[in-house]
Amino acid sequence: MNNSTFSRRRVLKTGAIASAGLALPTYLRADGHTGFTNAPGDNEVILGFNVPQTGPYADEGADELRAYELAVEHLNGGGDGGMLGTFSSKVLDGTGILGREVKYVTGDTQTKSDAARASARSMIEKDGAIMITGGSSSGVAVAVQALCQEAGIIFMAGLTHSNDTTGKDRRANGFRHFFNSYMSGAALAPVLAANYGTDRKAYHLTADYNWGYTTEEAVKSSTEALGWETVNAVKTPLTQTDFSSYIAPVLNSGADVLVLNHYGGNMVNSLTNAVQFGLREAQANGQNFEIIVPLYSRLMAKGAGANVKGIFGSTNWHWSLQDEGSKAFVQSFGTKYGFPPSQAAHTTYVQTLLYADAVTRANSFNPCAVVEALEDYEFDGLGNGKTLYRGADHQCFKDVLVVKGKENPENEFDLLEIVEVTPVEQVTYAPDHPQFAGGDLGTCNPGA
Amino acid sequence: MDQIILQILNGLDKGSAYALIALGLTLIFGTLGVVNFAHGALFMMGAFVAVTVSKLLALSHKVVDETRTDFLGKPLQVDVPYVYDWFGQGAGDTIIDWAVPISILFAIPIMVAIGFIMERGLIKHFYKRPHADQILVTFGLAIVLQEIIKYFYGANPIPTPAPSAFTGSFDFGVAFGFDPNAIIYPYWRLVYFFFSIIVIGAVFAFLQFTTFGMVVRAGMADRETVGMLGINIDKRFTVMFGIAAAVAGLAGVMYVPINPPNYHMGMDFLVLSFVVVVVGGMGSLPGAVAAGFLLGILESFASMSAVINILPGINQIIIYLVAIIILLTRPRGLMGRKGVMEE
Repeated sequence: MNNSTFSRRRVLKTGAIASAGLALPTYLRADGHTGFTNAPGDNEVILGFNVPQTGPYADEGADELRAYELAVEHLNGGGDGGMLGTFSSKVLDGTGILGREVKYVTGDTQTKSDAARASARSMIEKDGAIMITGGSSSGVAVAVQALCQEAGIIFMAGLTHSNDTTGKDRRANGFRHFFNSYMSGAALAPVLAANYGTDRKAYHLTADYNWGYTTEEAVKSSTEALGWETVNAVKTPLTQTDFSSYIAPVLNSGADVLVLNHYGGNMVNSLTNAVQFGLREAQANGQNFEIIVPLYSRLMAKGAGANVKGIFGSTNWHWSLQDEGSKAFVQSFGTKYGFPPSQAAHTTYVQTLLYADAVTRANSFNPCAVVEALEDYEFDGLGNGKTLYRGADHQCFKDVLVVKGKENPENEFDLLEIVEVTPVEQVTYAPDHPQFAGGDLGTCNPGA
Repeated sequence: MDQIILQILNGLDKGSAYALIALGLTLIFGTLGVVNFAHGALFMMGAFVAVTVSKLLALSHKVVDETRTDFLGKPLQVDVPYVYDWFGQGAGDTIIDWAVPISILFAIPIMVAIGFIMERGLIKHFYKRPHADQILVTFGLAIVLQEIIKYFYGANPIPTPAPSAFTGSFDFGVAFGFDPNAIIYPYWRLVYFFFSIIVIGAVFAFLQFTTFGMVVRAGMADRETVGMLGINIDKRFTVMFGIAAAVAGLAGVMYVPINPPNYHMGMDFLVLSFVVVVVGGMGSLPGAVAAGFLLGILESFASMSAVINILPGINQIIIYLVAIIILLTRPRGLMGRKGVMEE
């Protein structure tokens, strides 16, 4: 007689229940239930670095990842400590975060919103990441920020410049250190007026997606406020590779300034085409024709080569800054990797430190405690001077750099020169400014 | 009037690239019956031959300049190209400056070899498979090739300028009695247009006036009969694959000063080039060339702000719209032959 209780049916049932339990997201399992999603254990904490590892922004993503690895090294007490030594907050002591060793997992956004959400979800559900950070596109930032809000995870945005990230698409669990389109316009316009005068007619070529629209709007309103006239604004497809047919009519349009609201490959190609068509040497309305690139990136400027010479733009940070924080970061990054960091690397490094600092000050990994610690937090020593993480929209307010393509670069990294450090007061706006209207932070979500 | 001339000129250089890629696609389809989705990757590989040659010609050794410092405050290491040491700075600068035209000499054998390897190593195994299989395998190959390029060269575009003699632009307006600046056109784009005419002419002449070309044309018309005459037509078709690869590669080499190349540039042209082939007529070489220029010019006109204001979004769909109209009215394309892709 067989008294075994293990019938085939029972084994299958038990197996199915066990599998379903294991397949549940970690934050829905009993071991994740400590009041918030993915509460870390006593020994380690996992951060999720979601960067473009493939696709057109892969080089920028690689630089972000280098910066994250450096930040983790410094948080765990390795290397020379980088900006931990210059950061105005002194609570980070190189013993990880709240005594837990910092570990990390990475995801590939591919600069596609759906892929970025999938990789972020995987890091949250499978790897137990307590914070997601990174990205090199506003579309990705907005999508991942919304996901993190739903999951009860803090999102520390990487490179995202659209007003919407902290405007109409702002979320309580999301924070942006990088500057935005409004700030670019507000910083650039006075410099443009000083260099090119107030009697100018501008022609905009704008990438046909969210970031392009907010940048066009910001630059238009800032320059028009100083007396410039906008002659035309033409949307160009994001997939466009040759801009000749858009640029050729510019010289005959009555404009004497071309504003290229393009980023990445679009910027490289449109600027190259504009220079090929002789716009830099041309005269219009009795003045020299000028080109402007509102958002510069050193990595992109490298792609455009000599075409960037003398062209104004704005940037969040540049390795040639001489404050103690920037010098420490450049020294640390340059020694480890052999070249200076990009602005994408800077903002992601800083975001990691700011998160670790907020957790330590709050003495909790609970996202709502972190939100509280970051809101209206003022700090210094991280490369942009005195900075405020405004509580009303989770946007950092700090000085903005106006840069120009360098005429005589001394090496392959020496592509941009800082023309002016625009003080933060000049780029500050009200949380309900029309360019940021329609957003609502809501309340923080701790998840679990 | 000046705007019309300007957009025709713009369309010509864009059309040149479409025509060269579509010509290669049609050659491969007409001879081997293969729908080659890796053809855009061959265009990209040609561009990166130019990048590689430019980098090789500018290959440098380091010389420490104690008077200057690098970003870490250490003595600056200045790159001195080897060609300076070998030929002097003046001649060295000229060689580096002319890197793109020099690349043509290297691109032809390299691209023929790449085409030969592709055909013998992979594509020949798919001759008798359905077109869907061919598309899948060649598309996969294209992705592999572009990931290899990205691994070695990164994802960012790499500036590879034209010789300084060809920088700047020509004022057609002044030459033809219009206002100055009315019709400005870059010198290198003119070079690209004439270069493509020469390459297209050479391919047609090769097919029309050589015995080899005659056999290939006969094989395209009736492969079986040519084979029964004891001619190894497969061998000749393999050579044609190499020639098609070289044509795409040359189009890529000369394109790099127009837009800095990146690993994805082949895909950007691939879909449009297929539309060009379909509009021109599958298997028709003159059709591919004519459709390339036609669609290039139409795309330019559709990008005019006056046109966009009347028909918003037309710049993004014009090529596909024209393709639909032509295929509805002429199902075989502009110059398609009966029986091709109709079995």
